[in-house]
Amino acid sequence: MTRTSKFLITAASLAMAAGLAACNNDPPKSASAADSNDVIAQYKANPKYADFINGDKISGYVFASPETQAMQDDEFENPGMLAVQDGEAEWNKVEGAAGKSCASCHGDAAKSMKGVAVTYPKYEPKMGKLAALEHRINLCRTEYMKAPALKWDSKPLLGLDAYVEYQSRGMPINVKIDGPAAPFFEKGKEFYYTRRGQMDIACAQCHEQNAGKNLGVENVSQGQSNGYPTYRLKWQSFGSLHRRFQGCNQEVRAQPYPRGSDEYTNLELYVAWRGNGLKSEAPSVRR
Amino acid sequence: MTTRSPLPIPTRTGLSRRQAVAALGLGGIAVTLVPLSAEATPESAKKLLSDLVKAEPKAGKVQIKTQEIAENGNTVPVTISVDSPMTDKDYVKAIHIVSDKNPSPGVASFLLTPASGKAEVQFRMRMAETQNIIAVAEMSDGSAWTAAREVKVTIGGCGG
Amino acid sequence: MADVKPRIRVPSEAKKGEVIEVKTLISHPMESGQRKDSKGQLIPRKIINKMSVTYNGKTVFEAKLEPAISANPYISFYMKATESGEMAFAWTDDDGSVYKATQQIKVA
Repeated sequence: MTRTSKFLITAASLAMAAGLAACNNDPPKSASAADSNDVIAQYKANPKYADFINGDKISGYVFASPETQAMQDDEFENPGMLAVQDGEAEWNKVEGAAGKSCASCHGDAAKSMKGVAVTYPKYEPKMGKLAALEHRINLCRTEYMKAPALKWDSKPLLGLDAYVEYQSRGMPINVKIDGPAAPFFEKGKEFYYTRRGQMDIACAQCHEQNAGKNLGVENVSQGQSNGYPTYRLKWQSFGSLHRRFQGCNQEVRAQPYPRGSDEYTNLELYVAWRGNGLKSEAPSVRR
Repeated sequence: MTTRSPLPIPTRTGLSRRQAVAALGLGGIAVTLVPLSAEATPESAKKLLSDLVKAEPKAGKVQIKTQEIAENGNTVPVTISVDSPMTDKDYVKAIHIVSDKNPSPGVASFLLTPASGKAEVQFRMRMAETQNIIAVAEMSDGSAWTAAREVKVTIGGCGG
Repeated sequence: MADVKPRIRVPSEAKKGEVIEVKTLISHPMESGQRKDSKGQLIPRKIINKMSVTYNGKTVFEAKLEPAISANPYISFYMKATESGEMAFAWTDDDGSVYKATQQIKVA
């Protein structure tokens, strides 16, 4: 990115941040709040979005352009399906000193993995904290396959993630926030409401208070995670939720956390809980 | 007098993007996301087309279907269709696509045959900034037809 | 690139004279040659520059691609089904590799 464009992006973003920072944590009172309520109300009233809305929760699909929606709808045209294809190959690949593949223990993923991904992240006793699906896959690899852990957003891990998520496609997100998960859920919730970065903006300010409003030409979504991992048009590649968190943090000029970090895993639980009931769309297509 | 595109504003309820952009007075920030030096121009786009197609193209027969405002400039879906019976005697030989503000003007060339049955292709392209897509269809009788379409490319809401 | 996987969607059956839609998708970064790495060096161009399609050995469609084509190129086109046979796809990489796929079509 050239310095000129970086400057222009910063200038534009700071201008918008000034507007958002002024919101504090109070509910917006301006006339445009009525507009955003209208937009949300219209989405809810539109029968074609019935499968993508659950009460007040609205999937990112609804905020995308018709062309992007069409790309997701068609299983062939959806570039995320390339990752699912990769994952299927990985699933059946024997790797590591134990001479096993995922299939050796888990058999047919369509049966054994059905309904699994929508419960993640969850408390993992072996780790003493939350595990995202990627953590659990790596745990299986290191503990049982005696194979090395895979890097976050690496092709094989993304593939496996996509493949396992695909087995839960269409099922409602169903994460638990009670029991051992509770303290981590609270940490994630705190992250969501904490202002950060040069622009001093919290997740909630965009995705809770201003969802449905326009930021530039972009209709701000609720920041739901039911479509992740996703093929992001901007990335021109398939990527994880933690990758997106990094982008969001960078966009408010905050230092991002590493992918797979405790901070992002806790945040992932809170964000998933916000979308409990929404149908899993992974692999989705987003902008 | 301004001429509005005959195409409908993207079907989105509430404030359309166009209205939002106008309201914010931003006019759709068209920022160059690539090095400002090596950039296509309408002239270089025209030159490339005249290198590719001998006949002087006439306006008509070619339809370009794409987004009015790109969801993201990195992946813009485009459909080009050409009016033609696609028979052995009368068919579209080639469809060439160029753009006029990318780092270089060439986008793609599609070669068809009478066996194609229908002169329509769909692809996804990168657009560095707001610019025109220009398509030229070369016919079996040597004639050429053309159409152009502007796509607005803006930066995402929070710089992303 | 060992892990480049093409996907094709072609109907396996068609009526004689029917115009069928053919969809193709291949995973490839389509490195444009415009991007710079963390050291500021230009990452060299590496794209799929051509996709050729034959039917029973005869060329029915060809696409010549430039770096302006998005990563993971998706291309769809049409073909008139006249006889049963094999549709063969070949994607050519700048580095000389050729990725292939085939599909049989029964035309009645």
